[in-house]
Amino acid sequence: MSDAVALERAAPIRPIRTRLAITVVGFGALALAAIVLAPVVGSTRISLARAFDRSIPFADNVDAQIFFVARLPRVLSGALVGAALAAAGVVFQALLRNPLATPFTLGVSAGASLGAMLVLIFGISIGFGPFSAVPLASFAGAAIATGIVYRLATPYRRAMSTAVLLLAGVTLNSFFSALIMFVQYIADFAQAYRASRWLMGDLDVGSYQPIIAAVPLVAIAFGMFAMLPAALNVLSLGPDAAATRGVDVVRAQRLAFFSASLATSAAVSLAGPIGFVGIVVPHLVRLMVGVDHRIVLPASALFGAAFLVACDLGARTLLAPVELPVGVLTAMVGGPFFLWLLVRKS
Amino acid sequence: MAARSKKLIAALFVVACGAGLVSPARADLTRSAPRSQSEKARIVSLVPAITEMLFAIGAGPQVVGVGGFDQFPPEVSKLPRLGALLDPDTERILSLRPTLAAIYGSQTDLQSQLERAGIRAYVYRHGGIETIYRTMRELGAATSRASQAERLVRDLQSRVDAVRARVRGRAKPKVLLVLSRQPGTLREIYVSGGVGFLHEMLEIAGGRNVFADVARESAQPSQEAILARAPDVIVEVHAEGMFKTSSVDREKAVWAPLSSLPAVRNKRVHVLIGQYLVVPGPRFAAAAETLARTIHP
Repeated sequence: MSDAVALERAAPIRPIRTRLAITVVGFGALALAAIVLAPVVGSTRISLARAFDRSIPFADNVDAQIFFVARLPRVLSGALVGAALAAAGVVFQALLRNPLATPFTLGVSAGASLGAMLVLIFGISIGFGPFSAVPLASFAGAAIATGIVYRLATPYRRAMSTAVLLLAGVTLNSFFSALIMFVQYIADFAQAYRASRWLMGDLDVGSYQPIIAAVPLVAIAFGMFAMLPAALNVLSLGPDAAATRGVDVVRAQRLAFFSASLATSAAVSLAGPIGFVGIVVPHLVRLMVGVDHRIVLPASALFGAAFLVACDLGARTLLAPVELPVGVLTAMVGGPFFLWLLVRKS
Repeated sequence: MAARSKKLIAALFVVACGAGLVSPARADLTRSAPRSQSEKARIVSLVPAITEMLFAIGAGPQVVGVGGFDQFPPEVSKLPRLGALLDPDTERILSLRPTLAAIYGSQTDLQSQLERAGIRAYVYRHGGIETIYRTMRELGAATSRASQAERLVRDLQSRVDAVRARVRGRAKPKVLLVLSRQPGTLREIYVSGGVGFLHEMLEIAGGRNVFADVARESAQPSQEAILARAPDVIVEVHAEGMFKTSSVDREKAVWAPLSSLPAVRNKRVHVLIGQYLVVPGPRFAAAAETLARTIHP
């Protein structure tokens, strides 16, 4: 009910198209600024003129290599993962009608992590073509988790029960976490350490290949997101209220569930389970633009991209020449900032 | 309801007691352990480096149990496994009735358990090459093999000196010493900082560690930092397992995108595989020799 009141209060003064345009331009500029500026900054001072000088062979051009090999892939993967996780967070929060929902609530990331752990610890080499073993296994794990949760929560041809969805997801999360602990425990020390490092998230993806592999998946997810916002507004009132307003609840829920799971799977298999982006960014954005999903969803995606790129900039410079896991930073920066906004708003 | 749960608890208790009665440790205790061995000392070692040292000073026959990570010398394959850093099997250790147990420094609970059982604990501290020598001497004293331990230390010292002599006067290339990374990619690269026996070995072998300024044994640098430090030689050292000898060429090729690195340009990327390279035990001199041959062929 409170959602409905909030929705009324946020009723557009200006027509929605104008507000959407303003939001996309504003947050888009922020994201763009982050993506353009982040590769310029780093632990090493480089000359941009030299980096873009085509007359120097690439093989001899350290500045170009630092820019194009070391920094740009990280920035791009940060933008992709940030946008995917933040948008998935918005969708899951609406679908589950729970402000505490995150992209990882329904066990997608635990499934992905288990897949990655199995490869990291047992050294299974299932990579083929442009796909290396760890992302492939984690994507498979995420897909399996998604499938299990969906089966459990979906009675034949009826709407999903969000309560069952939530319980099944949380239980699956614990179950997979137990398996992860078991696998880590029986591993030797170096392997267990590498596995736990993976769980902290890492945007240093090493090359463009894993990004190129993830882009189509995220693009499909965003294509599905584009069809969602109006339905999400009504879904967040509850399935019954949604049905009375002419929303095909079953279809909308399914679309929301699979699109958000796909985005999360792609993000986690690219960079590991980077926490906090998927919960903090949607809430931050709601505090700034209100609760209409037509605005919140694109704004969160853009802000998520900017946020994660900025956090990764910190991760690779604060302790330079040593790295800081980006997942550690997202939580350390995002948490207090979110609390500050919360207190200030109320 | 309450009565039922009481019954359940009672049943569980009986089952638990039964399980205790047939646990392997008890079974071992009831069997009489061979006492007539000429060695009085019975040693267990959870630490591979210490196991190797014990065998190297001739205390091998006294070793009655080893840790889960132990692979060398081959004799350890026949000995009972007692868990390792995170999962020491206290029951099994006690059941072997050791007089001396070599354990890791962080195993403080195990240490107090051992002491309560009247077993002397030798607490292993990881460190540099001087620590390796000191550990050997201490183990020699603890096993009444001080002279053998001293001989071993002298022998290693002279081998190290020989390595130093071999590279003396040669230009010292900048070396990136990689300790770990995700196989097949340049992700999660861990390198040797300026602390620890691997760093010291690298210096002995006539290399200059490009991350010597990082005061840690291992650290994860960004790719950018690696590019900026421009190592002349990249040496990866891995224990068998994660990296296979058959994939060495493929793993070297992973570095190709960082073509501005002198090491990559001049084909000076070396992937070395062998447990002896990374265990701070008596084989470290051999590892230093390998490193020197790799850096100064």
